[in-house]
Amino acid sequence: MAQLTMDDVRQILLASAGDDEDIDLHRAIDEVAFGDLGYDSLALLEVQSQLQRRYPVKLPDGWPAPDTTPVELLRHVNALLPVEVSGAATH
Amino acid sequence: MSAVEPGARRAVITGIGVMAPGGTDVKAFWQLLTAGRTATRDITLFDATGFRSRIAAECDFDPAAEGLSPQEIRRMDRAAQFAVVCARQAIRDSGLEPDPDRAGRTGVSIGSAVGCTMGLEQEYVVLSDGGRNWLVDSSYGVPHLYGYMVPSTLAVEVARDSGAEGPVSLTSTGCTSGLDAVGYAARLIEEGRTDVMIAGATDAPISPITVACFDAIKATSPNNADPAHASRPFDDTRDGFVLGEGAAVFVLEEREHAARRGAKVYAEVLGFAGRGNAYHMTGLKPDGREMAEAIRHAMRQAAIGPGDIDYINAHGSGTRQNDVHETAAFKAALGERAYQVPVSSIKSMVGHSLGAIGSIEIAASALAIEHDTVPPTANLHRRDPDCDLDYVPVEARAHRTDVVLTVGSGFGGFQTAMVLGAPGRDAC
Amino acid sequence: MLTTAGTAPERAVVTGLGIVAPNGLGSADYWAATLRGQSGIARLSRFDPSSYPTTLGGEIAGFTTRGTVPGRIVPQTDRWTHFGLYATELALTDAGVDPADLDEYEMAVVTASSSGGTEFGQREIQALWSHGPDHVGAYQSIAWFYAATTGQISIRHGMRGPCGVLAAEQAGGLDALAHARRLLGDGPRLVVSGGTDASLCPYGLVAQQAGGRLSPVTDPARAYLPFDRDATGYVPGEGGAIMIVEAHTTAAARGARIYGEVAGHAATFDPGPHSGRPPALRRAVELALRDAAIPAEAVDVVFADGAGVPELDRVEAEAIEAVFGPYGVPVTVPKTLTGRLYAGGGSLDAATALLCLRDGVIPPTAGVDRIAADYRLDLVTGAPRTAPVRTALVLARGYGGFNSALVLRAPGSTTD
Repeated sequence: MAQLTMDDVRQILLASAGDDEDIDLHRAIDEVAFGDLGYDSLALLEVQSQLQRRYPVKLPDGWPAPDTTPVELLRHVNALLPVEVSGAATH
Repeated sequence: MSAVEPGARRAVITGIGVMAPGGTDVKAFWQLLTAGRTATRDITLFDATGFRSRIAAECDFDPAAEGLSPQEIRRMDRAAQFAVVCARQAIRDSGLEPDPDRAGRTGVSIGSAVGCTMGLEQEYVVLSDGGRNWLVDSSYGVPHLYGYMVPSTLAVEVARDSGAEGPVSLTSTGCTSGLDAVGYAARLIEEGRTDVMIAGATDAPISPITVACFDAIKATSPNNADPAHASRPFDDTRDGFVLGEGAAVFVLEEREHAARRGAKVYAEVLGFAGRGNAYHMTGLKPDGREMAEAIRHAMRQAAIGPGDIDYINAHGSGTRQNDVHETAAFKAALGERAYQVPVSSIKSMVGHSLGAIGSIEIAASALAIEHDTVPPTANLHRRDPDCDLDYVPVEARAHRTDVVLTVGSGFGGFQTAMVLGAPGRDAC
Repeated sequence: MLTTAGTAPERAVVTGLGIVAPNGLGSADYWAATLRGQSGIARLSRFDPSSYPTTLGGEIAGFTTRGTVPGRIVPQTDRWTHFGLYATELALTDAGVDPADLDEYEMAVVTASSSGGTEFGQREIQALWSHGPDHVGAYQSIAWFYAATTGQISIRHGMRGPCGVLAAEQAGGLDALAHARRLLGDGPRLVVSGGTDASLCPYGLVAQQAGGRLSPVTDPARAYLPFDRDATGYVPGEGGAIMIVEAHTTAAARGARIYGEVAGHAATFDPGPHSGRPPALRRAVELALRDAAIPAEAVDVVFADGAGVPELDRVEAEAIEAVFGPYGVPVTVPKTLTGRLYAGGGSLDAATALLCLRDGVIPPTAGVDRIAADYRLDLVTGAPRTAPVRTALVLARGYGGFNSALVLRAPGSTTD
């Protein structure tokens, strides 16, 4: 399946933790840790839950963590996604 | 601090009814506790395949054997059935005769965290046709569906069954509901609004939606390989609470009212206080600050000092954070005394039945006073350096028990403390 | 004693109102709409009600969480809690109170709840049964349960006193206000109290219908007619009111504007239908008056429960007549403009009563023009009635038999 983009990540973050009036998700938040973005333990669990619902990935307990950044999340999830295969390979 | 004014009204416990995992009446419940047996096992109430935590503390409950009629069984959610059965047990135990002239002076105060969850979920499966339709089909609605939607029905059933016509209400403060409902009842008696309160709590949450919601936040133990030993409050290897179900209901009575009819008194409600941590809906700080405040206030009302406490019945849910939080609260409120007084968590044996457990723990505390025996914390083998008090590991202990402090902590930040005392303890 | 011995009982006064109602957001909008008879009852719009016997509701149609609820709190709370948080903010502003200025343990929160986070819960149960347990999110454990609104209010405003949640369906809101008064005697100086409700989702509506009391009439002007010959049931609504209840000495010391005093309360429970015993509403009224230490003649207006179900209307009409005499006191049911708000209903009625005391105007009962022949009630209908009102009695009855009666008195009514 297709890889996640940063926009996909932002959508999940919004759905999981809501819109913080003090933080602009459209600014460059890629390298800011979730803890610094104000995500508490429940919000991080919800991010994990949303990711696992939308994509065929199994994430470890406690991840994403407060020190995980959005770009790390993007990379890690994309690495777990099944690789897209072009053509009609059958075996 | 001044002592209780002479002649002041006080609430005492004159009857107890318990429906607990491993103990479907008071006698069986106390036997379980003193034997240090655990009632946690694989979930049987529904097929828990695919869930993270597949264990629970279930009641071996036979509603017909407990005296409920076919219509009562059909109409009442499991939580209501528990409550009514326990209320009947308590009233029988108290020796109170039904008296229509007294109905207006008798009230009901029931606690519950999740109300009629099982009924609500079971009906939803039908009305939505297996979760297919958001626009549920009203033609499949059973007449008592509305009764499931409102948790106040639990109080209605107890009130109708017992003939109470005074103040009736349902208290729903999450996992402190069982303490808060009894505290509320005691207040109504002290104010002079009632002479008798049927008070307690009930929850029957072992249902997919509740198991799933605790799975989602990883609050429950995933130790499915060893259900009997999965609830490990204060142990270094603890990994979450084990969901339970059950109820405990009391006859609470004004002290002089009880004395005039020669009623047996298990314990007196000496102090009750609540605080909020205003910190987080589920998280707890390790300093236990607000629970310590609740404890101090309850002790002030009881006119006691730390040295008067003989036993602490802990919240002891067995989550990593709770047991540290609570230990810190005991130390902050009791100082050095915290190291000398036995502390135990019966959730190690009967699981965590959310709103019900606070009342079940009051029952255990009252029985500890009656029998001068403190129940153990089962499954406690590995010491956690942050939990370094005397938690009465594994075996019950004979121990002179006149004053018990029982506490609870719940989602939403609720922290509650109650002090119970042996009857006539402060008689001059 | 469960109060620290030696503390004197505190008189409880209301210093702030926060109203979220189907016919007005904020007390000024709500009160103006209520006095001009503007209804919030209409065909349900949040979902298609055409397959249901009841199609009407008092929805707060224009409500948005943007600007009313902190963005981070929105996904983890139900609409019922959104209403509660917003109403609390309105009430604190109205009272001129900044919680940061007060001692954390001297502030408490007690709300009523009737069915909790109904819509949030339906969504999560739907997800579970259609997609599996992994689709239940992290917030179900904190959003649906009945204590969620009290918990979130307490956290948002740093209120660490004794917090509570009472459920008695429509009667819970009055019990919550009475409990706020109780708490002021033992530590707290300020209690955020009242209740809100939001159960107009498909499962919520269908459950209410199973209770057998919703009106099947589709004309919004004719569906909910308490005490009328054509009464056919009630219409449900969402919203409610939160109020700031303070110790009188504290309120007076800071020069707060006082709407009125919570002067008395009582709750009783009706015996079961086959007991052969009389209903207990009358006794609740009498005990509330006794608690307020006033005779029946002192009451200037009764805000009735107004179930809209003939058998229930009859019991209420008879109870009012028994205490106050035939046509003995003006009676009104302004919830005819909003529907019955369950956990929000009692406190919205209490808030309306306080506005009535403030302005000396009794809002009318909308739509009722043919009172049932044997009800000897002075029902205020048609236009608002100007009257010297100093004392109001508010009644609320909850499904299953709960009766709650609250006495509110204008400032200066009782001697200090």
